[in-house]
Amino acid sequence: MTMAAASAPAKRRKPGDVLPAVVGLGSLVGFFLLLELLIQTGVLNRFIIPPPSEIIASFPRIIVEEHVLSRFVLTLTECLTAGVMLTVFGVAGGVLMHRFKLLQEACETWVAAMASAPIVLCYPLFLVIFGRSAWTIIMMGFVSALPPVILKTIEGISGTRKVLVNVGRSFNLTQSQQFWKILFPASLPTIFVGIRLGLIFALINVVGVEFLINFGGLGQLINELAERYDLAGTYAAICFVILVSVLFFMAVEKAERWLTRAN
Amino acid sequence: MNTPATQTDDAILKVNDIVVRFETPEGAITAVDDVSFGVKPGEFLSVIGPSGCGKSTLFNVIGGLLGNYQGGVSVAGETINGPHQSIGMVFQEESTFPWRSVTDNVAFPLELTGMPKAERIKRAHHFIKLVGLDGFENRYPGELSGGMRQRVSLARTLASEPKILLMDEPFAALDEQTRLLLGDKVLQIQQDLKQTTLLITHNITEAVQMSDRILVMTYRPGKVKRIVNIDLPRPRSSEIVGSEAFGRYVAQIWADLREEASRGMQDAETSARGKNGASS
Repeated sequence: MTMAAASAPAKRRKPGDVLPAVVGLGSLVGFFLLLELLIQTGVLNRFIIPPPSEIIASFPRIIVEEHVLSRFVLTLTECLTAGVMLTVFGVAGGVLMHRFKLLQEACETWVAAMASAPIVLCYPLFLVIFGRSAWTIIMMGFVSALPPVILKTIEGISGTRKVLVNVGRSFNLTQSQQFWKILFPASLPTIFVGIRLGLIFALINVVGVEFLINFGGLGQLINELAERYDLAGTYAAICFVILVSVLFFMAVEKAERWLTRAN
Repeated sequence: MNTPATQTDDAILKVNDIVVRFETPEGAITAVDDVSFGVKPGEFLSVIGPSGCGKSTLFNVIGGLLGNYQGGVSVAGETINGPHQSIGMVFQEESTFPWRSVTDNVAFPLELTGMPKAERIKRAHHFIKLVGLDGFENRYPGELSGGMRQRVSLARTLASEPKILLMDEPFAALDEQTRLLLGDKVLQIQQDLKQTTLLITHNITEAVQMSDRILVMTYRPGKVKRIVNIDLPRPRSSEIVGSEAFGRYVAQIWADLREEASRGMQDAETSARGKNGASS
């Protein structure tokens, strides 16, 4: 009973495939045009919301005068460092808590409570420990983003289908083989949900703490521009924060696709 | 044709006096009670019984996945106390690894032995061809149908070259036509490899189509009710389903099972009434 070979032909992009992207981009442009119109006609106060044309015009200024690119790199580096740390420690923490039930029963509620706690308010404590440095910002991002990664790692490993574990047992796998060859790959999609959530928390906290402690990065720039009442510049800087977010999530998505390409 | 004798001297797999009890909030339940039988080399033996007769418990005991039982299981004279490389298991539920391609799934047991990559891929392709999935080597389970995924599981288990192939209702989730065709495939492989096979099933047609002997179990506690020798010619295929002799075997086994299945149904109804009474 030989089946016909199933080599799928290379998928060609149809004109309809780009339609969602065109509609998405079009609605964004439409929104900004509407905003511009409402501000220019005086319906919206231009001293509260600057017109999009002014924001676009302020880009060269904040790039040249405010050194936005070096600040952008600093914020991106802080986010990446926090992201790598929370992935390593969060996944390891989740694995440990799953492995040692006492630890899980003792700590899971606290970790879950931490996920909703406003940890950013602890920034004076982190300032005392790490000084007024990038490490305070990184550690704030890291600590506040850790709970979802830990919780989702536990959920992913616990949720591995029993039959897959039994397949491993039937092949007489050692505990280490059982983890690396079955439990970990089976739980990767859920772990990535935790990492994505963690990265959102990390990014918010990194920019927030930069803003609060007035130390480098895009957060500090937004703070300074807002204090100068340079609204167009403030919103232009916010666009760079969004760019950090986009780049950050594109990198995570790439990693996720590569690691869970068949799940 | 029907023999209550359960053990043979030349058996490669011996299951001796197995008793399994479970503690439940309602008290201890004996799931399997004093079950003994043997499977001869190259033989295809099916264990059939109604739902709740302890078939899957027996599967777990023989496969070494359940430790808390009385009695013993031995393969070629060696007593086994846990999962053993001599026994390859195919599970009822879909059990392929979704993150591995068909080749990597089938090569999984070979990877564990430390076989060089090129060699294990070659071996994996051999077993993929054996189950009729050539052309799908680089596909992932998510791209395959339920029947194809079960064939991947079968190929993966066969790749470990077990002395005994132990299958727990591997076609239970498939439609009748696919089930018959896959039955043909399993029969062909079993005959080609002379693979000793123990099939756990509740499907009479499937059991008669494939088996040399069928062990009929009673409803709870699961005991051996009867062993039926199937004297149908080999090689067999699903075409045998239409023969008169086949129909006689099916009728005979159903006569044995009907009483047990009725007991099971009554038990389930009584239990449901009890729960409803307690909750109302």
